[in-house]
Parts: sequence; C-alpha cells; structure tokens
Amino acid sequence: MPALRSAASGAAWRRRLAGLPILGPGVLFLFVLAVLPVALVTVYAFFERGRFGGVEYNFTLDNFVRLADPLYLGVVLKSILIAGAATGIALLIGYPAALFISRLPKRWRTLALIAVLLPFWTNFLIRTYAWILLLNNAGWINQGLQALGITTEPVAMLYTEPAVVVGLVYMYLPLMILPLYASLSSQDAQLTEAATNLGSSPFRVFRTVTLPLSAPGALTGCIFVFVPAMGNFIIPELIGGGKTVLIGNLIRDQFLKARDWPFGAALALVMTAFLVLLLVLQQRASRAVSEGKTPRKADA
Amino acid sequence: MSFQRVSRTAAVAATAVLALSACGGGSGSADLDPDADISEQKLVVGIWADYYPEDLAETFEAETGVPVQIVHHATNEEIMAKLTAGGDSGIDVAFVSGQYAQALNEGGMLQELDHSLIPNIENLYPEAMEMAYDDGNTFSLPYAWGTTGLCYRSDLLPAEPTSWTDLLEPAAGVAGKTTMLSTERWMALPALKALGYSVNSENPDELAAVKEQLTTTKPTLLSFDDTTFYSKLVTGEAVLTEAWDGWCNYGIAEDPNIKFTVPEEGSDLWVDTMTVLKSSQNKEAAMAFLNYVLEPEIHSWAAENILYKVPNQAAMEALDPELLVTYPNLAMTPAELAKQEVIVDLGDYSTEYTRLATEISAK
Repeated sequence: MPALRSAASGAAWRRRLAGLPILGPGVLFLFVLAVLPVALVTVYAFFERGRFGGVEYNFTLDNFVRLADPLYLGVVLKSILIAGAATGIALLIGYPAALFISRLPKRWRTLALIAVLLPFWTNFLIRTYAWILLLNNAGWINQGLQALGITTEPVAMLYTEPAVVVGLVYMYLPLMILPLYASLSSQDAQLTEAATNLGSSPFRVFRTVTLPLSAPGALTGCIFVFVPAMGNFIIPELIGGGKTVLIGNLIRDQFLKARDWPFGAALALVMTAFLVLLLVLQQRASRAVSEGKTPRKADA
Repeated sequence: MSFQRVSRTAAVAATAVLALSACGGGSGSADLDPDADISEQKLVVGIWADYYPEDLAETFEAETGVPVQIVHHATNEEIMAKLTAGGDSGIDVAFVSGQYAQALNEGGMLQELDHSLIPNIENLYPEAMEMAYDDGNTFSLPYAWGTTGLCYRSDLLPAEPTSWTDLLEPAAGVAGKTTMLSTERWMALPALKALGYSVNSENPDELAAVKEQLTTTKPTLLSFDDTTFYSKLVTGEAVLTEAWDGWCNYGIAEDPNIKFTVPEEGSDLWVDTMTVLKSSQNKEAAMAFLNYVLEPEIHSWAAENILYKVPNQAAMEALDPELLVTYPNLAMTPAELAKQEVIVDLGDYSTEYTRLATEISAK
C-alpha cells in the first residue's frame, strides 16, 4: 500500500511539475513584480526615515501611528469618496453603453468596442491635457457657453473636485464597459425570450433577467474603476490643480518629495490591504450572485 | 492597475535594496593625484534632462579623451535616492541643488574639490563663492542660480505687484487667477517672507502662522502649480503666479506682457550645483569635467537656452545683450541675488514642511 501511494503521489508530482515550464514565467513575473515589491513595502513600513531618502534600519511602529492622524485619515476618506463617485458615475454611463453595444449587429459591435478602446491608444497625459483645454476658464466649453450667451463670465470648472471626478470617469470608463459588455453579451438570449413569451414587459425582463445576470460583470467593472481611481495621482494634480490630495498623491509625495519612504510604504501597505479586501469581497459577491445564493424576488 | 502603481513605487525601493546588498564594500576614498592620466578614466554624470548642451559628452571627450556617460534625473529626490541607496552608485559627478549638496556632504558622500585642478573657478562671481550651504565652494560648484518671485501679466493686473501680500491676499479682480508653487519649501516661502520670517524657519509658531495665512489664501487660488503656471499666464487663466525666475522666462518668451519681480520682502536664492562623489574612482577626470563646464562658452549655454542665470561672470558677459532686454531677470546682478536668503537643508525638520504642504493641499 505505501509503495502504491508513493507511486501515485509521484505521478501526481510529475503531473504538477509538467506544468512548470508553462507556469514558470508567469509565477516568476508575479513574484518579481508583485510579491517582492509588496514584501519590500511591508519591510520598509517598520523602519525610520533616512535623512536623504531610503530607510534607517531602526525598528519603529511610528509610521502606523501616524496613519491615525486625522489629516491622513481625511485624505483616505476623500480618496474613497472621490473614487466611489467616479465608479458610480462610470457605472451609470457604462451600463447603458455596454447594453447598447451588446445588442448591436455583430459587425457594428466590433466597431463600437474598438471605439471604446481607442482612447487607450493615446498617451494618457495627452488626454488629460485635452481635458484642461476643454475645461479651463479660457477653454472651449467656457468659450462656447459665452458665445451662446448662456453665461457672461467663465464658469470655474477646472481645478475643482468635480473636475477630478470627471477626469477619473473619463480615464477609466472603458474598464467599466468591457466587463459589462462581456457579461451582457454572453447571456443566453433564450432566457429573455422565455421571459417575454411568458408575458413579461421589456422592463420586467430587464429587471428580473438581464440585470441580475450582469451583476458580476458590473461588480468587476466597479472594481476595475475604483481600484486605479483610488491610486491615481496625475489627475488630482493636473485637473485638480493640486488643490485635492488623494492617497495616490500622498504616497507619491512621501517617496518623491518628502524623502519619507517608510511612511510612504505604510500608506501603500494600507491601501494595498484595503484593495485586496475589496477584491475578496467582490469575488465572494460575484460567486454568490452567479450561484444564485442571494435571495432574489424572482417570484415577485 | 493601482497595484501596478504601488509596485512601481516599490520597485524603486527594490532597486535601492538590491544596490545596497550588491555593494557592501567600503568605497576607497583615494586622494586626488594631480598627475593622474585622466584619459585612462571615464565618467558617469548625473544631471537633469535638457539642462546641459546636447553635445556636452562628445565635446568633453574630444577635449580630454575622457568618455562620458550621462544619466538623467527628473528631480533632486530621484538623484538623492540613487546616491544614498547604499554602495557605489557608479555616478562620479552629480548635479543637485545646493541644499541637497549640503546634505550629501554632511553625510560624508562628497569629495572635497581641488581648486588647483579647476582653474576656471576664477570665472565665477565672488558672490558665488559665499553660499550658505557651502561657503568657499569646498565640495560644490554652482551651475545655475536664481530666485523665486512673482511672474505676472502686466496688461491684466490693475497695478504692478510689489509684495508677497499681493499674491497671498489678492485684490477682488485678481482672486481666482493666481497660482502658487506646490513643492513644500516654496509653498511656504511667500507667507514666511510676508510675515518677516526666514525661508529656513524651524520655528513651529512661525509655521503655524504660515499655515493660517495659506488656509485663507487657498480658496483664492486657481491652482497649485510647479510646472505649467507660465502657460496659464499665457492663456490669461492666471494673471499672477509664484514662479521661479527661469520658468517665468518661458512665459515671457511667448508673451512680452509677462513680467517678473522679486517682492520687497525678499525671497530665496536657489543654486543648482555640481558635485563630485567621494566614491568616484575617476576624481581627477571629474575635476576636469567641472572645469570644462565653467568654460564661458559651455556655461553660457544654460543662460542662452534654458534662460537661467549662471554664476559665471565670463559667461554672463558674453551673452547677447538682446537676451537681457527680452528677459530682464537674466540681468539681475549677483549682488541683488546675494541679498536673497539661501535655502538650506533642514534635516528632520523638513518633514514639518511636508506636513504643512499636505495640510494645505488637503484642506
């Protein structure tokens, strides 16, 4: 028996190892670009700031104590609010767009998807500057409003918090549309047909069939938008005029301006932990939805 | 994506640690040998991008036979990270701002300069030898210098600004059309000076007063802006900005109505310097390089092309007089500059400035 078992486990091992050449590069990639940096950030967070940057290897918990400072908590809270607002708006715009694209004839669908992705072909700094040209006091929108006589004075749109939200929505909208489109277009058309045949109104079909089935896609989209929006520091700086500080700015400044790597590392660590938590929650929720575990009022 | 961003920041740290572990050995601080054959040496020079003549490496090699590799940095912090990550950075000559040179020297990282190997030092203005961060230029030589002031649209302002208060408490028509620098020491500068304090203040009460002033100023600002304020002046979005003199010139180049002034309360004197690392194995070639940059024809490049003042008398006197008419702040005399307060490194206290800047920006 033992011999048999070891032979079996040997075969299992061989089978596992057979995957190594294929998995190897990916694992190495993950290790170097994800595990190692996070490990470093974790280590740095427990040491003191070096005067010239870097760290002094004296153990301290100060960096985490500082996180409780209302100043930094306020920045974290504002980041969540602004990234949350951007995610909500992206969902409101992205859902109808994805629904529309998924109902297009096949030929047009491809074209529409290319259009969604097209902005990614341009450097995002350039696209951000385009928004500055549009929104500034001497910009096209203000010029247009004044030319049409709608306003007499330029309306301050740039360098405000709402402008930051607009910038983030613009930047990450495709990341909302794509997973939504994927989940909407892969839905079995027979389900909606069946519902219609059974007498449901189009609205009810949407509410009881299409919408719940696309919830995992929507959740994925929300995560795809929320996560990078949280860490973005270019948009608050350029479109927010440096008057709004998000956690991304705070972290960047600790490394590149304040020469305070340990505190920057502590901030990064907290943000990473928060985002991992979000990802776990999202997966749980998606699984619950797709397995039909959530009580749904299908019988209403 | 955000993970990626976090990782990238951490990647910087990773590189630092790798460098640290790779080179544990102490770097021999061999003394200078004036008779060394520098053509046997080679140099790695760390400098800001677009801050030197494009053919600098080629012309220096043609002159001396020393091959030069130039590595760029975008900010002082970036080169500081490279230099202080531990071990040998491989960099022989580093261009950093004065207060950073001071910090590097206090960390024992800079080579004392042998002035006998740098005869062109005599091209420097006498004032340029008396900088607070390095009196007598023992470990650094100034490459460019200037000050911070008000850069404004003379055609769109009711009156010429004369005081930092014009920026901090803008008149009715000016409010909403002003910008301030966002880097901490310069964000604090106008209020420090307006209140009669030192730009190097380490007094918590003074910083508290600065915070109070900036809190009332922030709602009147169009934005905090380090890099594009001059284009905001050109479009007329902004009419009055806190600006580094050289950067104001980029606005003046596009619109002659843009002018620069140093407020009556005074300002700072910033200096970008050249330093030689103690870890360098090519110190004689490095001295020759510093000497070469101080040649008037080479040094004047910075004034002509990036419109910064250079502390080199021979180079400044060789400038096209037309240039000084177009960009009057280039004509500011060393005596006028020396009246301003030299920015020095504040060591641990600098975190207070960082906190202040975060508090103001996050409000």
